[in-house]
Amino acid sequence: MPPAEAPPRVRTRNVTAWYGKNAAVRDVSLDFSPNQVHALIGPSGCGKTTFLRCLNRMHEEIPGAHADGLVLLDGEDIYARQVDLRRLRRRVGMVFQKPTVFPTMSIFDNVAAGLRSNGRLDRRTLTSRVERALQVAALWDEVKDRLRGSATALSGGQQQRLCIARTVAPEPEVVLLDEPTASLDPQGTQRIEELLFQLKQRFTIIIVTHNMQQAARVSDTTSFFYLGELIETGPTRRMFTAPEQEKTEAYITGRFG
Amino acid sequence: MVGLLLLCVALAVLPLLAILGTLVVKGASSINLAFFTQLPKPPGEAGGGVVHAIVGTLLMVGTAALIGMPVGIAAGILTAEWQGSRLAIVTRFIADVLNGTPSIVVGVFAWTWIVATQKHFSGFAGSAALAVLMIPMVLRTTEEMVKLVPNSLREAALALGFPRWRTTLLVVVRSGLPGIVTGSLLAVARIAGETAPLLFTALGSQYLNVNLNRPMAALPLVVFTYGLGPYEDWHRLAWATSLVLILVVLVLSIAARFATRRRFDAPR
Repeated sequence: MPPAEAPPRVRTRNVTAWYGKNAAVRDVSLDFSPNQVHALIGPSGCGKTTFLRCLNRMHEEIPGAHADGLVLLDGEDIYARQVDLRRLRRRVGMVFQKPTVFPTMSIFDNVAAGLRSNGRLDRRTLTSRVERALQVAALWDEVKDRLRGSATALSGGQQQRLCIARTVAPEPEVVLLDEPTASLDPQGTQRIEELLFQLKQRFTIIIVTHNMQQAARVSDTTSFFYLGELIETGPTRRMFTAPEQEKTEAYITGRFG
Repeated sequence: MVGLLLLCVALAVLPLLAILGTLVVKGASSINLAFFTQLPKPPGEAGGGVVHAIVGTLLMVGTAALIGMPVGIAAGILTAEWQGSRLAIVTRFIADVLNGTPSIVVGVFAWTWIVATQKHFSGFAGSAALAVLMIPMVLRTTEEMVKLVPNSLREAALALGFPRWRTTLLVVVRSGLPGIVTGSLLAVARIAGETAPLLFTALGSQYLNVNLNRPMAALPLVVFTYGLGPYEDWHRLAWATSLVLILVVLVLSIAARFATRRRFDAPR
């Protein structure tokens, strides 16, 4: 565990995210420390995914959507005009709810996709970085003999770990996960959860989940969202044992949501 | 009820079988090496072939595909990736109207703009007319194929830091490529059999000609002229040519099927 005074890797101040004239997220200010797993929880439609997508500026890819407020990555405003979106997204990687392997590419090419778009790499560097990424994602042993094979032939859980490998291959600083286990069976879910403990050694992890047990199991800090607002944030243990807000308590004890 | 359905299926399949059967009976006997290597004999002499029309069709359809496929595919990608934009809506509408335009009208158009201004018929004018017919077909299939690519793949590529054009080419178009190739091949098959636009543009010719700037023979034109001609030998050539045309379409359709097979087998 890093010292508590480690400066936050990501800071948000008064982030408000819009779909047209609808604010789906209002005035969220949060800090995310490095080498920790941060869980964003709350009922469906509470804005947690939308907020997550503001952190790598994927929110604005939806027609009519935009965000206000301040998002700082290592102190730099990621919404500043001179920011290179492509570089930002290499520093802040994202894993989606359903596995999104590229069906036309082999397992190797899937992992290499982000590395290649980063500029030319010689074969040996590329191969070793793909191998490293697959090891980080705990997939190497299962696919090392069929790197040239189809990525869509993998199981759902393997595909999701392949997506994690693809995301971590360019060595981002922050990894965003949007309900990464929502489409997986319990076994696949467990493997991803175990993986998060490894990943946080190297990255800042922010995970959206509506599975409260999952948040309790894997995260160091938890933030509770409700109707687009941040209700409460704190160390996971305290959030689940002694929440300060009544709404948080009602949600984690299953009285609504 | 099932009987009625089966009857309808039979009615739908019967014409193709009947056409193929008739063509084989009437045309197959005239197909030999000479058919593919020789020019037509003067009226009254038996034998001869349609090499000039085979070469002409290959050249004109090839040129039309070289023009029509890139334009159609590029425009199709544009209308699919910028679906809601006014440009895409207008392009789509124009493509639909063009798709429904009778091919003879396109032939007259090509005559006005190319043949009449150049003051001579040419294979190139034929290619231009065929390309105009091909573009909307390729455009619409490309658009449909690109739209089928799930949006989650686009997002995944963007989130990896791909620029938009790279996302479109490497992920979206590549995922839809088998369908785009199929659509293009079927469009080629369609225009290979077009007769009306060539009547006004390529005109037809009795000689072997590889110069696109001069009148050119084509397989459908041979069927048209020889089929209407007064000689029995001509009729035989026309039957055989029809058979070859159908076979070309069949081969292209089968090739299109093969192109649809993905590099990797579909998920089990």
